Amino acid sequence: MFAYISRRLAVSLLILLTVSFAVYVIFAFLPFDPAALTCGKNCNDPGIIEANRHRLGYDLPFFTQYFLFLKGLFFGRSFGEGAALINCPAPSLGYSFQQHACVTNLIGEALPVTFSLAIGAIVMWLALGIGLGILAARFRGRIVDQLSTIFVLIGTSLPTFLTGLLLMVFVVIRWHLIPFPSGNYTPFLENPFEWAQILFLPWLTLAFAYAALYTRFVRSSVIDTSNEDYIRTARAKGLSESVILGKHTLRAALAPIATMAGLDFAGLLGGAILTESVFNLPGLGRLAISAVVKYDLPIIVATTLLAAFIVVVMNLIVDILYAYIDPRVRVA
Amino acid sequence: MTLLKVENLSVDFPTPDGLVAAVHETSFEINPGETLAIVGESGSGKTVTNLALMGLIPLRTANVTGSAIFETHDGPVDLLAMNRNDLRKYRGKDMAMIFQDPMSSLHPFYTIGDQIIEAHQVHNKVDLKISEARTIELLEMVGIQGAATRLRSFPHQFSGGMRQRVMIAMALVNNPSLLIADEPTTALDVTVQAQIMKLLSDLQKELKMAMILITHDMGVVAGAADRVNVMYAGRIVESANVKDLYANPLMPYTQGLLASVPRMDRPHADRLSAIPGQPPSMIALPSGCSFNPRCSRKSEVGASKCESQMPNLTTRGHEHFARCFIGEGV
Amino acid sequence: MSSPIIEVKDLHKFFPLASQGIFSRVKGDNKAVNGVSFSINPGETLGLVGESGCGKSTVGRTLLKLYEPTSGSITFEGEDITKYSNSKMKPLRTKMQMIFQDPYSSLNPRHTIGAIIAASYEIQNITPDGGVKKAVQELMERVGLNPEHYNRYPHEFSGGQRQRIGIARALAMKPKFIVCDEPVSALDVSIQAQVINLLADLRDDFGLSYLFIAHDLSVVQHISDRVAVMYLGKIVELAPVGEIYKAPHHPYTKALLSAVPIPDPVLEEKREQIVLSGDLPNPANPPKGCVFNTRCWKAKEACFTTEPTLHQVGSSQVACHFPE
Repeated sequence: MFAYISRRLAVSLLILLTVSFAVYVIFAFLPFDPAALTCGKNCNDPGIIEANRHRLGYDLPFFTQYFLFLKGLFFGRSFGEGAALINCPAPSLGYSFQQHACVTNLIGEALPVTFSLAIGAIVMWLALGIGLGILAARFRGRIVDQLSTIFVLIGTSLPTFLTGLLLMVFVVIRWHLIPFPSGNYTPFLENPFEWAQILFLPWLTLAFAYAALYTRFVRSSVIDTSNEDYIRTARAKGLSESVILGKHTLRAALAPIATMAGLDFAGLLGGAILTESVFNLPGLGRLAISAVVKYDLPIIVATTLLAAFIVVVMNLIVDILYAYIDPRVRVA
Repeated sequence: MTLLKVENLSVDFPTPDGLVAAVHETSFEINPGETLAIVGESGSGKTVTNLALMGLIPLRTANVTGSAIFETHDGPVDLLAMNRNDLRKYRGKDMAMIFQDPMSSLHPFYTIGDQIIEAHQVHNKVDLKISEARTIELLEMVGIQGAATRLRSFPHQFSGGMRQRVMIAMALVNNPSLLIADEPTTALDVTVQAQIMKLLSDLQKELKMAMILITHDMGVVAGAADRVNVMYAGRIVESANVKDLYANPLMPYTQGLLASVPRMDRPHADRLSAIPGQPPSMIALPSGCSFNPRCSRKSEVGASKCESQMPNLTTRGHEHFARCFIGEGV
Repeated sequence: MSSPIIEVKDLHKFFPLASQGIFSRVKGDNKAVNGVSFSINPGETLGLVGESGCGKSTVGRTLLKLYEPTSGSITFEGEDITKYSNSKMKPLRTKMQMIFQDPYSSLNPRHTIGAIIAASYEIQNITPDGGVKKAVQELMERVGLNPEHYNRYPHEFSGGQRQRIGIARALAMKPKFIVCDEPVSALDVSIQAQVINLLADLRDDFGLSYLFIAHDLSVVQHISDRVAVMYLGKIVELAPVGEIYKAPHHPYTKALLSAVPIPDPVLEEKREQIVLSGDLPNPANPPKGCVFNTRCWKAKEACFTTEPTLHQVGSSQVACHFPE
């Protein structure tokens, strides 16, 4: 098991390095002058541009730039000199001239928002999707199953922004089921109740779409597993139906869900762009979108890299988790 | 005393193409310690018969009728009249089953120890330690060396033959009086088959356990069975003591089946004798005797009779029954 | 004596064991076929038997160059094809055909069986006399299929009939040599006999040669002229069919024969069975000396130090230091 994890860890590091290089290459050879972009869209003063180019290191050869970027990740990095010296401590992801802030700080502010959004949503959709999926499988062809099919259809066909708006209009404004989410995002540690209140609708919006997918997946996975020979063996032992379902069927049927949930969670952490926009949440998705609109290159590079990083790390976690769940993977 | 008495067992599966009578009015008995072989080709109903007895056919998908009086630790019960929840008390305790594919019949995520201990715990309110000791005892009994450590291994760490031994240990953990073995060696190599069949017969003698052996292999039957039921298209077509059946098969299907088995103990003939044609489709059974389109002897009683009437299973001597117009009433 | 249609000498086929990721060491080879030699004459059938994992199917596939041999040589009709590339093999492929255990998975479910069989003619780029359809229907009739079922799809046929389709498709190529890989293992007993008889008839009518691979010794007996017994990548005994069943010389052959149950309760009762203990050793790490020494009841010191080679004992060839 230890050998397995260390091997996976080594592979993950290699992937991260490759990804960071690829991202760097892509953005380095885009037909934009990153230095020109630093002073805004309509800036034409060659003096400022050249000064910024030098400050940000864009005048250095490509590999030196990449090396400095990597070095900054581990040891921090300074931009400019003298009075205009800006120091971004490790892990430094660069400096956004447009926002006048170290990219790491910007991400540090946005990440908790996105994380809060993702964690609440995943809890909701797992509960809903797995619960409904199991019920639909257990009572196949009956009314629960048919209702779940309708739910799946609606959930998979409605786009997130529409679900969000509909929820806003009906649940909050029309029916007053929950109070209007007033004010801005509040960190959990500051006021957990407010945190939950503001995030409730975004959670619901995201969870709705995913829960539909998960319901469908869990249903078919449970049905497939209950046709396995070893379930027949469990029944032949004289186990009760609830033990067969709870212990034998679900363990095998839900194993692939761990993989799916891990990867979906990683995808969301990279930024739930639509949901964050609809509910005006200052998360990673919004940070990335506004950076794209403004050609704020350091932020674009950093958010892209972060998304890749999260996916790689989640993959690793999921693989280790899977090895724990399924002993057949362990020996490998 | 009879251990199990099955009467008029029928299993019908409703399908979009019509009702499939997988098993039709089957009756048989098995005595304590006896081995009854049920032989037939795929689709003959041999497996469905036994799944019905174990209550392993989903009720939604089939109509099961008839009666099966089984001598349990609570006295005689009708397996087919009981509701599924009550049946659980006897399943895995008084009767146990092993399956064809030991690869897929064990849960891949649990250790074999956990799976056998679980089978013991369902029927015995005892400490886990006792169940574990019983499991080790059983694993040793089925010839798994180092049972105390092998307990913690997962199914994929065993070979096919070893997995079948694990299945046998699991089936025997509660000392059942009846073991149903559904093609227990079909998925195994011939030398491993010999090991498993020997193990089953030794255990059976030791534990005085009755066995229903489901197989298509006439060779395995010859070595293991006391009595044989031959099934064709959902019906028992011949039933006899094993030596009678092989020495004097009466139903042309049994005759054909025995003749078509390649035999190594005889000088090799250039041609095997084969039964012509294909097994019938269960949705559209031929009228009359189900075997008549493939039967080479129907002229002996007049083909029109075989094509229009289903013969009954009638007695032909000491505990020998056959479903055929030939030799009937002689 | 005529020259053999196919001859293999010291054939080896190793599969590298799957390595895990890029940081692991190569763990050695699965020595599936580990030095096998035999030849098959025109019109002759060689039975190849052994238990799962002994390498018998790998031999069949390597002969047809579906696998690249690791070492050794394969000669087909006097031509050394060991090193032949795919394009060089192409004209020979029609002469060397294969019949599989599970015909269904090798038949395209979207094509009618007429089209499946006719494809053989297209590949050869020939138009038979009287047209493709007539030729296909004649062939169907020859293998015992109803020619009117020309337009049906594979799923409409039973297992035995599908095996007949597979045979017809192979025959359409006008082959000289067919590898039959467990052709009847998936079939019911009463159907097995039909297919074995058909294969024997076709061999006699068309002068075919077979390599008949099976795990069932009793099936092999009925179609083979000679039988080779494989164990752990090696042939341990090769003998005329009359000899091997009557007087097996290798202990493994003896055990294998004794393990096959005889469909006669009276004989079964009297018969003494040799029940081999244990499982097949790992083919990646075969035992030193004789490969059978871990399970052999006759093994002496020499069996653990020196590997026995095939040598003549009577009319059989046996790889054993102490043949029966």
